[in-house]
Order: sequence, then structure tokens, then C-alpha cells
Amino acid sequence: MEPTSVIGTKNKKNQVFTDPRIMMREAPRTPSFYTGSEVIKEAIRRASIDVMIAYPITPQSEAAALIGELFAEGYIGDYFRGESEFAVMSQCAGAAFGGARVFTTTAGPGTMRAMENFPMWAGARLPIQCIVTCRGINSPLSIQPDTIEISYLMQTGMLVWHAETAQDFYDWILMGYMVSEEPDVHLPLALCCDGFFVTHTKDVVDLTPTDMCLPPYDPYRSPVPCMDMECPPVRMMRDPFIMKSNYISYATHASWQQEIWAAAERSRKHTIAWLNGLIETEDIDADVLIVTSGTAVSQGREAIRLLADEGIRVGLVKIKTLRPWPEEEIKEATKHATHIIVPEFNVIGWMAKEIKATIPRSERVVAGPRVCGGMTMPPEIIVEEIKRALGVRSTTLAARG
Amino acid sequence: MSKERITISPDLYDIMPSDYQDLVSKATYGKEDRGWKDIGTSKELIEQHSLCAGCPESMAFRYILASLPNPEDTVMVGSTGCTSLVFPMVAVHNIHSLFGNQNAIASGLKRALSVRFPDRIKDVVVLAGDGATVDIGLDMTLQAWFRQEKFTTICFDNELYANTGGQESGLMQKGFVAKMAPVGKLFDKVRLPEIARESGCHYVVNCTVSKPSLVEKVVRNAVLIAREIGPTYLQLYTPCILEIGKNSMEGLQEMRDSEKPAERFAFKEYISEPARQLLAERDAKAKEKKAAAKQLVS
Ligand SMILES: Cc1ncc(C[n+]2csc(CCOP(=O)(O)OP(=O)(O)O)c2C)c(N)n1
Ligand code: SF4
Ligand SMILES: [Mg+2]
Repeated sequence: MEPTSVIGTKNKKNQVFTDPRIMMREAPRTPSFYTGSEVIKEAIRRASIDVMIAYPITPQSEAAALIGELFAEGYIGDYFRGESEFAVMSQCAGAAFGGARVFTTTAGPGTMRAMENFPMWAGARLPIQCIVTCRGINSPLSIQPDTIEISYLMQTGMLVWHAETAQDFYDWILMGYMVSEEPDVHLPLALCCDGFFVTHTKDVVDLTPTDMCLPPYDPYRSPVPCMDMECPPVRMMRDPFIMKSNYISYATHASWQQEIWAAAERSRKHTIAWLNGLIETEDIDADVLIVTSGTAVSQGREAIRLLADEGIRVGLVKIKTLRPWPEEEIKEATKHATHIIVPEFNVIGWMAKEIKATIPRSERVVAGPRVCGGMTMPPEIIVEEIKRALGVRSTTLAARG
Repeated sequence: MSKERITISPDLYDIMPSDYQDLVSKATYGKEDRGWKDIGTSKELIEQHSLCAGCPESMAFRYILASLPNPEDTVMVGSTGCTSLVFPMVAVHNIHSLFGNQNAIASGLKRALSVRFPDRIKDVVVLAGDGATVDIGLDMTLQAWFRQEKFTTICFDNELYANTGGQESGLMQKGFVAKMAPVGKLFDKVRLPEIARESGCHYVVNCTVSKPSLVEKVVRNAVLIAREIGPTYLQLYTPCILEIGKNSMEGLQEMRDSEKPAERFAFKEYISEPARQLLAERDAKAKEKKAAAKQLVS
């Protein structure tokens, strides 16, 4: 059931609850020059959020504080600073169990501190959105961009999307709720971006009108009961499964875990419709492809331009969703490629590993270049990696051996 | 929720489980003067339990559920531990998520319910073990109180980690020999009731669950004060008979022994000034009502 009854009515800030398809696809857009943090604020202004819970950690602190301003202006139902990321993610869970549309943000060590909550969110089918502005998690302490935390999030049962640009971010925050809250999905979304590169740089972003907002979350479309005593409080089970060491108990747990992952798979059709596909491709008939996600895609685009000047043709696959993983799409897009270059902003190369596990003839994958600890990724090192793979002598970085 | 919401469609009545039929016809949702005396004559909001036979936690659960002033609009929050074995059988919405995060869950929940139902009463009651409340969850327990979150925290204090087999807990007595306290616990029982008062709780009680009437009284006070003023805390002794080597029949005596004057569970109650006023107003109103009813009769 669509919450059509509210469409066309106004909230207390005089925004019109608008059909999300019209708001996102047809409504006029205004180009605006904003930082990534400001873009998050502008998306949340239009997202009909009931509860936002904040905790500072670079590089998301600014965005989390800006949402506080929205609360002060009356755009959000409730807002407060929790005591730690672990607590915040549990507070978000409590609010979502109570039927609220919930938003939060974290990064790096915060993601790790909160980690126990994420599989719980997924298991409890709470469609919370958490923005993750990735940064290093290692010791010695680092606040610099690094995407290693995404590899942990990918195993939690959450939907995990990886934005490249501030525009992705703006659109995906709003679309993310529409996908997350579908009854056949109803899962949390970790919407990731590369910290600083997206949060702290200014970019032109096309915004939807300020006087339009998403229809409110309808908790009664949830596949599990909302904990508000508005529906019958029947006991949930005769015996708590944790107590039983028997086949039925194991099978129940197993099938529920499978259901979580199946729900993530079912998000595909909604995500494809909203995001225009789980991947985006350019010139995939080329022998060489750059396949990656996040700002590594942007650096890949620059590398492609540099190589084109030298007459080397390289195509691009931008992976938008990591969970669900676009397995078939990646297989199809890379089927002609002889060399698959995977630039990444982390030391372990999780993206390359995922791709290797997906495609036939995985020796085609070049797991690099990789930078980490906050290093930037000059397009030249991608160029160098590609030339090395092709056996082309490089002049630009020859001195490096 | 009103009873209307749980009413069974006549066409489906006969295929519903009998305990659900009983819930509709004989439970005390909405009964203004519900309390421990309903136990035995009405449908209880707890169905069976898988605790050890004679575990005082099971008595405590029954008394609390019978005493909640507003179960039709109450959501409970539990934590991992022996209590989490009971909650799936409780006919009040309840949340189990992780171990120790109960007051964080309740904070988010209470705020969500306030946003969604600004003009209605929705009570939130946390019920967790001492390990959950004092050790792993202490930060969140206290922070919820500092923030003056409007819900009740109930701790089933059995002075150890029962569910994992009897390890040392912060609320264990000094000197007690337990798992992970092989030479006896080296520090004092944490004084959480006092800490609760200093942390901003408006109503704090430390007692056992030996007397159902007392449990009823403190639960009603705690829920009302939390609803109207701010955080409240009940620390209830529910001895783990299994781990202290008692028989099924000995739980009650253990509680009676521990609540004697000067014992660690002698009844202690703290009421803040605003809470005291609230209770006085409530009592005055009740008195007035009683008098009016009496007049009507005579
Ligand atoms: C993060 C985490 N750590 C440890 C545990 C294991 N654990 C389960 S219950 C429990 C102790 C519960 O003690 P208490 O809160 O006093 O409840 P009781 O069982 O005594 O009623 C522990 C340590 C867990 N489930 N989760
Ligand atoms: S282990 Fe202890 S607290 Fe747990 S059910 Fe048995 S007696 Fe009760
Ligand atoms: Mg205990």
C-alpha cells in the first residue's frame, strides 16, 4: 500500500509530501555549489526524518552537526548527541523499532565501535540509514580517507552503497530510504563515501525543490511488527530459540539469516529502478577496464583521459552497490576485457578480491593500484599500473623503477 | 492499543491458540486498578517461562507484568541474560537486541514514540540483569539518566552473571567466590541505587521481590514518575538459586533473609521533590474519587 493519503499534504515546515518518483525524477533541479556535508544536510531536509542521533568523528562531524540545525529549525522530529557510536547505533535501533524513520552518520573508528549493532539492525529488519564517511581505522591514529571499514560492513547483512560524487550522495540518501523501506527489503543501508574527498570538497549538485519532501515512513508496511503496541502483542515464540540445541532451532536461525541476504537480493529490482542500475559502464568493449567504486572511479576517469591521449583505450565500470553485489552485471561488463584494473583506497584490496571471486579467469584482475592511510591516488599511478599490465614502457614514472 | 485491536475476527476465533483467546477475554489490559491481586483470576501477560524451577525472576516477572499501570501502551526493553529467555513469552511488545545496550535502545524508542504519538501515553520500561545494567551497559545506563530520558529502568539483581554460568558481576558481594573471581570478589558491591540518585533518577528503590504488594507499589510509582518527570530506577533482588546453591523452594526465604534491616536489600526508597509532589497529587485524586464513590453509594 502506498502512503498516498499524505501525498500533496504539507508538513509543519510547509513542505509538500511528494511522490518520490516525481520529486526525484521530474521536479526541477537547482544547481547549487555545496560541500558534501552541506549536501547531506540538504538531502535530510527533504527526507522526512523522525529521529537523528549524532556523534562527532571526523570527517562526518560537520554533517552530523548541520542536521542538528535542521532539528532546531523544525525539520526533524528529534535529535540528540549519543554517548558513543555503540550507544548511538543502539539508540537508532530503538527509534526504528518504535516505528521512526532514522538517520545517523559515522566514520572509521566509529564504524568499528558500532559494529555489533549492524548485524543486529539487519536481523531486526530496521531500515535505518547510516552515512559512512570512510576514514582510516588503524593505529597509529589517522583521520585520513581510507575505505577499509567498508569491507567489514559488507558482511553485516546491511545494504551497502558506495557514492562517487556529492550528486550521488544527494540522490542516494533520498532514494536509499525508498529502497530500504520496501516491505520485501526492509533493511538498513550503509551509504558510504570517501571521507574528505566527498565531504569536504565543494561541488555543483542539482538539488530538488526545498518545498518538496519524501512521504513519511509507514512502519506498518514492515515485514516484522513495529514495537509500539499498536498491533497485537502476541508472544513471539513458544520457546526462545537461543535455549534450544536442536535442529528446529538451528534451522530457524539459518533460514532467518538466509532471509536477510535474500531481502538484500530483493532490493536489486528497486535499486536498479532508482539508481539506474547497480553499475554504470563506459566503453566496455575496450580490452582494458578500470573497475571500482567511490572516488577511485573519479581518479579512474582521469587516468582514462590521460591514456586516451597516448592512444591507449580503457573502459570503466563504476560499481554503485556493494550489497547487493552486482555479480551478473560485473561478469557481463567484463566479459571481453583482458585486463581488469582495480584501484582502491585501502591496504587489503577488498574490491579486487570481490571481483576475483565473481568473474571467470580471475587472473585478468590487477589488484591495484592501492593507496591507504590518507594518500591520494594520482591518476598517473593508475596509468602506470595499466601500462605495466600491458607491458608498455612508461616514461612518466620510469624513475620509480 | 485498545482491546479492540486484539479482538479476534469471529470467523477465525476457533483456530486461534487458546492462550490468545484467553488474552482477549481475560487479560487485564485497560483495567485501571490492575495489580498483583489479578494473578490467578485473570489471564497473565506472561505465558510459561523457561527459567529454572523456582527462580525468583519468574515471580518478579509476574508481579511486574501484573502491576504495569498501562500495559496496553507499554513497550519493554530487555537485554541478554536469563530475562531474555522469558521475554518471548510476554504479551507486551518487547525488544531484545544486544547485551548491555538496553538503556540506549529505550532512549531511542521513547523518543520515537513521543514523536509518533505526541498526544498519547506510551510507557517504556527496561528490564535487564545486573551484568547488563551495571557492567557492560553502565555507560548507557547512566547516560540515559543524565539525559533525563523518561523511562523506567528495572534491574534484576541476582548478584552474578547467571546466564553464562555464574561469573563475577559488579553487583556481586565482596568476597563471594565465583567463576572469574577465583579468590573471592575483591571489591564492594557497586552502589548503583546511590549512583542512580546522583545521576538524576527521580525515583529509586532497592528491595527484594518477596512481597507482591510492594512490587506493585514501586512499579506503579516508577512508571508514573518516568512518564511525567524523568528517569526512575528499581533494583530488585531476584536471587539466582541455581548459582548460590539453593533449592527451588528456597528463593523466597533467601529474599526474606536479605531484606532484614541492615541487610543489603533492606527496603530503600528515594523520591525527588517533583516526584513526591506528583505522587501526592495522584494520591489526593484517588482519595477524592474514593470519597465520591462512597457518597454515591450512601
Ligand atoms: C557482547 C556480549 N558479551 C557477552 C555476552 C555473553 N553474556 C550473555 S548473558 C551474560 C551475563 C548476563 O548477566 P546478567 O545481566 O546479570 O543477567 P542474568 O543472566 O544474571 O539474569 C553474558 C556475559 C553477550 N551475549 N554479548
Ligand atoms: S540460572 Fe539462576 S537466574 Fe537464571 S533461571 Fe536459573 S535460577 Fe534463575
Ligand atoms: Mg545477573
